[in-house]
Amino acid sequence: MNAAPMLSVSQLSVSYGAINAVCDLSLEIPQGGIVTLLGGNGAGKTTTLHTLSGLLRPKSGRVTFCGEDITRLPPHQIVARGLSHVPEGRMVFANLSVAENLAMGAFLQTDKALVAETREHIFALFPRLKERLRQTAGTLSGGEQQMLAIGRALMGCPKFLMLDEPSLGIAPRLITTIFEKIVEINRTQGITILLVEQNANLALEISSYGYVLETGHIVCQGPSRDLRQNPQLKAAYLGG
Amino acid sequence: MAEIPQSRAPNPKSDTPVPVWRLLPRQHLALALGLVAAVVISRFSGSIDAYLVDVAIGIGINVILAVSLNLVNGHTGQFSLGHAGFMSVGAYLAAACTVFAGPRLLGAAPGPLAHNLLFFGALLIGGLGAAFAGLLVGIPSLRLKGDYLALVTLGFGEIIRVIFQNVEVLGGALGFNGVPAYTDFAWAYGWGVLTIFTVSCLVNSTYGRGFIATHDNEIAAQSIGLDTTRYKTVAFAVGAFFAGVAGGLFAHLKLSIDPRGFDFTRSIEIVVMVILGGMGNTLGVILAAVLLTILPEILRPVAEYRMVLYSLLLIILMITRPQGLLNFRFGKTRL
Repeated sequence: MNAAPMLSVSQLSVSYGAINAVCDLSLEIPQGGIVTLLGGNGAGKTTTLHTLSGLLRPKSGRVTFCGEDITRLPPHQIVARGLSHVPEGRMVFANLSVAENLAMGAFLQTDKALVAETREHIFALFPRLKERLRQTAGTLSGGEQQMLAIGRALMGCPKFLMLDEPSLGIAPRLITTIFEKIVEINRTQGITILLVEQNANLALEISSYGYVLETGHIVCQGPSRDLRQNPQLKAAYLGG
Repeated sequence: MAEIPQSRAPNPKSDTPVPVWRLLPRQHLALALGLVAAVVISRFSGSIDAYLVDVAIGIGINVILAVSLNLVNGHTGQFSLGHAGFMSVGAYLAAACTVFAGPRLLGAAPGPLAHNLLFFGALLIGGLGAAFAGLLVGIPSLRLKGDYLALVTLGFGEIIRVIFQNVEVLGGALGFNGVPAYTDFAWAYGWGVLTIFTVSCLVNSTYGRGFIATHDNEIAAQSIGLDTTRYKTVAFAVGAFFAGVAGGLFAHLKLSIDPRGFDFTRSIEIVVMVILGGMGNTLGVILAAVLLTILPEILRPVAEYRMVLYSLLLIILMITRPQGLLNFRFGKTRL
């Protein structure tokens, strides 16, 4: 647990014009762990992820990944270092087939054998994707699109995977499946995971540590077990 | 635990995007056939009515314009309204080459080969100049999205027009006259075939899937490591190159070019071809370019209603076929 963190963020502030979306945010994610970032709408969760993956430029602060400062790198260079981002809302390439979506995920990979191997891993994880290989991604169901988005991110062989609300708009039965798969990815492939969720119950169940974000500030943090018992948190996010 | 399904190995041909070289044999063949056909038909164009040949060449030029704009607006999803601007850069550059440098390079008694080489060089220079203009406009403005990019490209087109209007050497507001008549059927269709070949090879390659990915979802494309700014810039430069070539062909067809011929309405005409054909659908866009070039000729008696008919056609089409004339695939356009 106490090894050097894979990703550490210190005093990160991000703003959209005059509006501060994230203020002085600091967090650490240990190698091999599942850490969750909780918070309601507009708390700054997605902004934080976008900044970590380089889609947004922070106003101030520092992001260190595997000992290297990646704060001002463009997104494609951050992906190349092994940090993958599954954006919110299942952003698949609707006009491309499932196979093409997966192939795009391996865009920066040059080792063909490795790509083929990763693809088989993903089919083992999500057999549904293999069945739908030639289907246009836009015609998949919500859950399938989420699987595809995760699979596509895995095609880049990341060390670190950031998932932005994977449960959003998905049938309840599939949510459980997807969360099981997230645990599986973490356990069997050793990929460190940062999970952003509104579904706090499930997120705290599979994670080891949690941060709670409110209007851009971290208001609470601790081991997930403790957070689940936290009365304030219970009232706000866990439904009593 | 998920089971690993024991099924046949996936067919690499249809499962993964095809690398560029694997596409080449078939598409090369089409390119060669197209070029040969353009030259052969051109041989007989002397015996065809001159008016028809003129319209046919116009169609060829419009196909080049529409297919190249389709790479930017359709495949890559960057709404540009400046295609006529790039066209004018190519037109003026190519015309300047043949008018000013031509007589000196050709010498006393030039053969047809010398003329053709000169024209080819002029078109290349026109295209490259337009591509350079594309980069110049594209690099700072491609960070903008949607409406904002449309406005910037619109502004660029107008700036270019005003510049040409004020350069006296190039004829200024009176227009640039005395351009030699080099454009014939073979030139227009040769370049048309080359444009279609380049754009479809580009888009159907593994690299080119990035254009469609950028169009479908820019955030997702960035999240998997695509440099979307580079894709947009490449699309912009390639699109501008062919617009410049089309401009050069246009100048050597009309023999006199006028800045007003490359104004905002010209850009709109090309955009209409792309939308009518279906964004990102090359075949549909070609068909639309043909249709929209012939239509005003047929409607010549009521020419002043041309724009009314355009608008009417667009409205009817957007209601009945929002995905474009020839688009039968799912979700090419999301309205």
